[in-house]
Amino acid sequence: MTLPNTAPEVAGLAPELAGAKKGQGESPIASASERFTSYDVEAFEVPGGREENWRFTPLRRLHGLHDGSATFEGTATIDVAAPEGVTVETVGRDDARIGEGGVPADRVAAAAWSTFREATLVTLDGTPAPVTVTVTGPGAGATAAGHLQLRTTPHTEATVVVEYRGSGVLADNLEVVLGDGSRLTLVVTGEWADDAVHVGAQHMSIGRDAVLRATSVALGGDLVRISPTVKYRGPGGDAELAGLGFADAGQHLEQRLLVDHAVPHCTSNVVYKNALQSTKGLTAHTVWIGDVLIRAAAENTRTFELNRNLVLTEHARADSVPNLEIETGEIAGAGHASATGRFDDEQLFYLQSRGIPEDVARRLVVRGFFGEILSRITLPELRERLEAAIEAELAVIGV
Amino acid sequence: MSTLEIKDLHVSVATDDGAKEILKGVDLTIRAGETHAIMGPNGSGKSTLAYAIAGHPKYEVTSGEVTLDGEDVLAMTVDERARAGLFLAMQYPVEVPGVSTSNFLRAAATAVRGEAPKLRTWVKEVKGAMNDLDIDPDFAERNVNEGFSGGEKKRHEVLQLALLKPKIAVLDETDSGLDVDALRVVSEGVNRFRAGGDTGVLLITHYTRILQHITPDVVHVFAGGRIVESGGPELADELEKTGYVRFAGSAADSAVAEAAV
Repeated sequence: MTLPNTAPEVAGLAPELAGAKKGQGESPIASASERFTSYDVEAFEVPGGREENWRFTPLRRLHGLHDGSATFEGTATIDVAAPEGVTVETVGRDDARIGEGGVPADRVAAAAWSTFREATLVTLDGTPAPVTVTVTGPGAGATAAGHLQLRTTPHTEATVVVEYRGSGVLADNLEVVLGDGSRLTLVVTGEWADDAVHVGAQHMSIGRDAVLRATSVALGGDLVRISPTVKYRGPGGDAELAGLGFADAGQHLEQRLLVDHAVPHCTSNVVYKNALQSTKGLTAHTVWIGDVLIRAAAENTRTFELNRNLVLTEHARADSVPNLEIETGEIAGAGHASATGRFDDEQLFYLQSRGIPEDVARRLVVRGFFGEILSRITLPELRERLEAAIEAELAVIGV
Repeated sequence: MSTLEIKDLHVSVATDDGAKEILKGVDLTIRAGETHAIMGPNGSGKSTLAYAIAGHPKYEVTSGEVTLDGEDVLAMTVDERARAGLFLAMQYPVEVPGVSTSNFLRAAATAVRGEAPKLRTWVKEVKGAMNDLDIDPDFAERNVNEGFSGGEKKRHEVLQLALLKPKIAVLDETDSGLDVDALRVVSEGVNRFRAGGDTGVLLITHYTRILQHITPDVVHVFAGGRIVESGGPELADELEKTGYVRFAGSAADSAVAEAAV
């Protein structure tokens, strides 16, 4: 099916036009509805670090992704093991389907969009077996721009795992375009090597009565910043975005979500959990931004967003900014919650005083904390691998 | 038959003004089958004794010894002490977000018993123990102590006592903050534990009312960081009538005497 291209909202807007750069500068935008988007990297000002959408990100660790100095000479390889019912194409930027998922909303996403040479387009039709897409970084010292689109035909039911791994620096856009009445279970994992930097934009476009069940797992990398945006093309759309992140010493994990309700009778649910631990005094940092916008037309919206952070050691910082904007009174329900707690000596003492050894106590706490997210991953091998990876993270601090 | 022996125990706690000695030579022997009550005014060091036995890192043992059946308790880590058969029911049980009560109880039982309890009998055992203490079955799925009321936390402590079956249990002001009904339920739980086998109980309390439900064999009066008098249950009756004035005085005297030395 051909979907209307949603690009015209700002595509091609000349940067000098009044209002185009509103919100990019040092004065924060008043509303997520005013968020500037463009395919053109030059339409965005180079961030200086004080802008609302960059203020948490250590820019000097971005290897020039944000300021035009990145050369994007490397290549991130995308491998797809495609069962029956799955079509994999390599297309150019002129393909009409590219951009149906959404438009970049920050300079790095636009830089990736302006730079990528070819896009991988995966179309899911019918009820295919689970598909694994592996995105491998360009290698240590190299920088790449990537583009991947997943799309479902109407009434398809599919499961896709996108695994990011390897070394190097990657800026990319991941488009997820759900056809009407389709259902996609999506797991995106970031099991990067220690040096990796990944700045990714995810554009989720939910068709009428379509269902998205997304789970994101952020484990590796030096700096990983993922910005998912959810938009609905018709009523009855239902999106759940769950995520977990485990930041250890020196790691920066950032999740910036926007769920944009502009049509009636849609549902969204966001649950993100991060654990932080540090060694040697290097700060572990997580950032979670959860914006939900319910526009005037989006009557009977139901939405909830939740962020929980578990600080396991000293030298850790968890930023959490939930933000709910409601422009209509005719909603079914809306709420948000955020809490950051510490696993402290008193908790450890309590568990140990019941005979539980320290390493078991720590695992118990982290497993319990992430259980709600991991249990959503229905592929047993993947879930076990991720559980083992989390246990391995815990082993780093010697418990 | 287990025996907990405390000999000339001195314990300090770190403060902004340096280490402050709280326990100043505690001698106490608790044998299986005995229930000892320690009573004393606020600030006398009762809770410090409880936490020092359990091994809380905030409290530093500067001299003396604690042994359980001849084994050096002070050389053990906190979890080793629990596995050796000591249990502390805390005055302020700690909330552990993210860990469900059922997972916690099973992990504790696994650690203390040395093997994971068989699932079928375990579920039955937990249900029965919860029922005995009028604990709502929903508790199993709630996070440990999170959002529990004061009374619920205390019941949860006694639930653990019932499931972990220690050799020696220290109950630190388990009665505080309980209404009359909750006090009865909790006391019945402790009495069931006492009746269940060769176990010793050290009951630390500020009030005598719990002693109407749990009859001690020995009552110790604690003041100024040590036991200043020991006697039978009748000593509690005297405290009920006259309060701690007589003992607080003697503690003050001993403090003065120490200062003079």
